[in-house]
Amino acid sequence: MIDFVKDVRLWFAPRLLRDEGETPDYRFSLANERTFLAWIRTALALVGGGFAVDQFLPDLRWGVRVGMSLALLAVGAACALRAVNHWVRCERAMRRGEDLPPSRFPVLLSLGVGLVAVAMMVVVLLGWTTGR
Amino acid sequence: MSTSGAAARDAGLQPERTRLAWRRTTLACSVVAVLALRQALRGSGSPSEVGGAAVIALLWVAFLWAAHRRIRELAAERPPGLAPRAALAVVGCTVALAAFAVAVIL
Repeated sequence: MIDFVKDVRLWFAPRLLRDEGETPDYRFSLANERTFLAWIRTALALVGGGFAVDQFLPDLRWGVRVGMSLALLAVGAACALRAVNHWVRCERAMRRGEDLPPSRFPVLLSLGVGLVAVAMMVVVLLGWTTGR
Repeated sequence: MSTSGAAARDAGLQPERTRLAWRRTTLACSVVAVLALRQALRGSGSPSEVGGAAVIALLWVAFLWAAHRRIRELAAERPPGLAPRAALAVVGCTVALAAFAVAVIL
């Protein structure tokens, strides 16, 4: 938790980041930037999914629809926040010449998305819809 | 860009790939913005709905602007690293869109 607060300070203080170690090869930084952008697109896809569930699945019961929508939106927001944090940590690790930080977020995200998919299947199979 | 600059360019096309990654990301953001606008303007067009639509338009413009600035930086021969401010702007827009969705859905 303390480490996380330190990382958050780095988000807002580019000078703190620049004071660390040496500037790596610019190509490594660009690769890190593309990874960050890929995570942002993942986050945007999840947020878009949240909007889509609410708009395009009117046959779902209100609770199911809103719950699924909120789950996707929450995961999307978490994904975006984690993207910037991981980018800062990777950038710092490269400047210090350390190994890149390990992360369990991809596993959690996969499990979360899998869970939403299974929940959707259960909802459809049990017929928890108002339409028919 | 001068011809000598073109010769010195990285064979792995890293700046170009990064530029295209920004383009893809703005495209993704545009799709979400359209969905958000659709959600915002579902009802009767009351002042609060129009206000919500305006906020989404602003978020979208902010996102595009951050991407545009970064794409211009990437045109340099040795592009500088991504500024944390730009990263935060993009993340802020994404989280704000999610927050808007929560506010409208609930």
